[in-house]
Amino acid sequence: MEFFHGVNVNWMGKAKYFVILSLLLLAVGWISIFRTVFVKHGTLYGIDFRGGTLVYVRFAGPAPIDQIRKGLQQAGLSNSTIQGISDTRSVGSQNDVVIGLEQGQSNESLDAGKQRILDVLQKTFGAAGSGKPDFNSVSAPAIAADLTRKDPLSLGAAAGDRYTQLAARLLSARDTDHGGIVTSFDQIKSVEGATPTVVNSLASDFSLSSFAIRDAEIVGPKVGSQLRRQAILATLYALGGMLVYIAFRFEWVYGAAAVIAVFHDVLITLGFFSLFHFEISLTVIAALLTLVGYSMNDTIVIFDRVRENLRLMRRESFPDVVNKSINQTLSRTILTSGLTFLTVLVLFLMGGEVLRGFSFAMVVGVVVGTYSSFGIAAPIVVVWNKYYGGQGNPIRAGSAAEKRAVVAAARR
Amino acid sequence: MNSQLKWKFVLILIVLVVCIYGVIGQPAFPTSLAQVKDNIAKRIQLGLDLKGGSHLVLQVQLEEAIGQRCDEAIDDLTKQLHDKNMGFGEIRRIDDTNILVRDLDTNSSGAFRDLVTNQFPDWSMAPAAGETNGYQLTLKPSVIADLRQAAMNQTLETITRRINGLGLTEPTIAFTGRGDDEILIQLPGVGDPAAAKEVIQAGGQLQLVRVAEGPFRSAAEALAQHGGILPAGTVIVPGKSDSAGPSKDSGQLFYILDRIPIVTGQDLRSADANPSTEMPGQYEVDFKLSTTAAARFGPFTEAQAAIGGRMAVVLDHQVYEAATIQSRIEDSGRITGSFSQESAQNLALVLRAGALPASIKYLEERTVGPSLGADSIREGVRASLGSIIVVMIFLVIYYRLSGVNAVVALALNLVILVAFMAYVGAVLTLPGIAGVILTIGMGVDSNVLVFERIREELRNGKVPANAVSTGFDRAFLTIIDTHVTTVVSAVFLFLFGTGPVKGFAVTLVIGLIANVFTSIYVSRAIFDFHLSRMDRQAQLSI
Repeated sequence: MEFFHGVNVNWMGKAKYFVILSLLLLAVGWISIFRTVFVKHGTLYGIDFRGGTLVYVRFAGPAPIDQIRKGLQQAGLSNSTIQGISDTRSVGSQNDVVIGLEQGQSNESLDAGKQRILDVLQKTFGAAGSGKPDFNSVSAPAIAADLTRKDPLSLGAAAGDRYTQLAARLLSARDTDHGGIVTSFDQIKSVEGATPTVVNSLASDFSLSSFAIRDAEIVGPKVGSQLRRQAILATLYALGGMLVYIAFRFEWVYGAAAVIAVFHDVLITLGFFSLFHFEISLTVIAALLTLVGYSMNDTIVIFDRVRENLRLMRRESFPDVVNKSINQTLSRTILTSGLTFLTVLVLFLMGGEVLRGFSFAMVVGVVVGTYSSFGIAAPIVVVWNKYYGGQGNPIRAGSAAEKRAVVAAARR
Repeated sequence: MNSQLKWKFVLILIVLVVCIYGVIGQPAFPTSLAQVKDNIAKRIQLGLDLKGGSHLVLQVQLEEAIGQRCDEAIDDLTKQLHDKNMGFGEIRRIDDTNILVRDLDTNSSGAFRDLVTNQFPDWSMAPAAGETNGYQLTLKPSVIADLRQAAMNQTLETITRRINGLGLTEPTIAFTGRGDDEILIQLPGVGDPAAAKEVIQAGGQLQLVRVAEGPFRSAAEALAQHGGILPAGTVIVPGKSDSAGPSKDSGQLFYILDRIPIVTGQDLRSADANPSTEMPGQYEVDFKLSTTAAARFGPFTEAQAAIGGRMAVVLDHQVYEAATIQSRIEDSGRITGSFSQESAQNLALVLRAGALPASIKYLEERTVGPSLGADSIREGVRASLGSIIVVMIFLVIYYRLSGVNAVVALALNLVILVAFMAYVGAVLTLPGIAGVILTIGMGVDSNVLVFERIREELRNGKVPANAVSTGFDRAFLTIIDTHVTTVVSAVFLFLFGTGPVKGFAVTLVIGLIANVFTSIYVSRAIFDFHLSRMDRQAQLSI
């Protein structure tokens, strides 16, 4: 099977349309960013970078968002945000919520916000007044201790670590089979070793609330700004490293063009993030850096071909060489991009809530990154060559050692 | 098959066997499928985000340790000046590292300089600006650096002992961040870090001190007893605040104590929580002193008992108990104060582990519940497998037999990646799974680059053997360029990134290195093998 064979498109002749397209894409996203920041006084940063508290709660049924909101407001937490999430387990019904809270007073202890949210949840949805520990939040050692004390299997001194193992199995059933939340003690009857006496013993010692804390993140303001600085530095260093490597392997203008192109990709992706209301977190930074690598990859494949063709096609004009190179690699470009796009699309659809921001960045990034290689990076080199490289006299590409390597490869 | 090709396959086979053994063959050679599963679970270390647990970042308030050194110097200097009869107006602390001595007797200047040079080598001296005969002492930067370093090391050791005392499994305790004052603590499997946080944060500074006077109703009252100036070498310490009620003033008492303790936490030999003999249902902490401390403590208590002296148990600058010494005490003591069993056990643990040199502040706290971790693994693995299958099916349809070659190379790439992570003990995190998926993407790209090039060469009329050889050679440079660029950026991510970004970089770098091996070396060997068995002019299935 074969697609895109023998394509002959004058890519460089369309460069001005690419520039217009890029400006449009940039404008759409960045208008949204400016609107968020300056009109709504919001931020694109997730709590990793701005500091604050995030509690991820799962409910046994659809999350009672109105009730949560009321409870939070009564507790004076009116600056909190609530976002419902539908999980892969419960498609169509939003059983999970993420409760966010802005940075508290600086003199408060770090986890004050989290404690208040937990208090509200416990007050609103907890097994009120029972005084028993909640089975949905208890740890394995606590269950093991309770079982050892009550000894429902009448093992006596022979119990050894059997109750510890039983507790581990019970919790694994709770967390893996029931998604972290048990609504009735009947649900754990199928666990190996959980005889009716064991289950009854647990039921008399533990209560069942209708929610479970899945994840809690608290980031102090100092850490937030530190992580922000570190992420920006890491990105700049990574870009700098790539610039140096490409400048070393090709010409500096190729490196500069590639870096400008990936910068363009990052800016457009950030715009789309704002447009679709995603927050920038640490994982999203990883995604942005991935797309930087990916887009760079794509650009290098084309530049490599340009370098090779410059030696074979000495009579043709530089734009023609570039066109030819893009056309020759087009099949590869579309195949790889298509497959990578498929991969990240699967990740976006099946990867769960935690990877959503990451995979969204990749879905946008793969498309933009592929486009920027022929739409931005290549035209920059062509334009530079037109003004500074001299017509019909292709610029020298690659070092002498490089040329020898290529010539040797061609001879083989 | 020629011998060179044979050796290639031997090498590939060795790599494959070593890798598979690395993933499933350890720690015990498996004899059943369940054991294979068990081994995989043991060999692949999961990050906190996948197995659940608590992640804490804390900051050591180093300026406290430095400020304490400053206070000690002021005390010492005041005493020395008194002893040597050098008059001065005031000795004042400017900040944590600067001391101001005002209105020194004009005829004592020389003696003062000698004193500072000889007895206070950690401080540099300069005439204070705007003072007629004043001096400013500044803690030397090298001393500050040493102090900070020592305080950080001591904090790390103390916290490690405390966490080990809690009996948690596989904790990570390490320096982190760029500020040189942060410590990272990871507690796998701990769903609620509140209890651990308390033990980590407890000051744990125990002192047994002679009571000079008290108790008083307020600090002001205590001061008033002495006309506003405390006797030399004493200090006002509050009693243990009653946490039960909001009415602060009712129970709060103040004592005037000696500044220098008789015994400190460093003199403890052991500390244990025991049920209280006097208050049923409550607990107390009993401690024993080391022999050298007991040698001081015995005579001291004997002398005090004779004159009806009192002694205070001070914990973290609060008086827990102040009692009249009845008789000589050799080496044991106790701390009471309405402790529950748990709080008494925690206090005993903290005392055994030693005091923190400075207080700490939590900067970051992340807790991943075990159910979320389990979900993330399931979804991550499902997404990875899903995308691998989609990609592999496409490759086989598009490149036919050569596509099968690519599938083999991809699979080997993944096996090497997983095995390498097992061998070096790299931790698999959620972003790490994303890195794996990206590795798949790059692996596909390498294969596609080579195959498209081979197709081009075939179109140009080359025979399959030549086309394959040229295709690989031409694509080689491109593959190296793309991989090196990505590795360069991943290395920067690893060096300058934080937690999740690092996990991503690790899997990506390992995956890319494996990828160069599989997509160039292995894939080529398979092509060569196939070509050696087919007719030179026959069509290549690509």
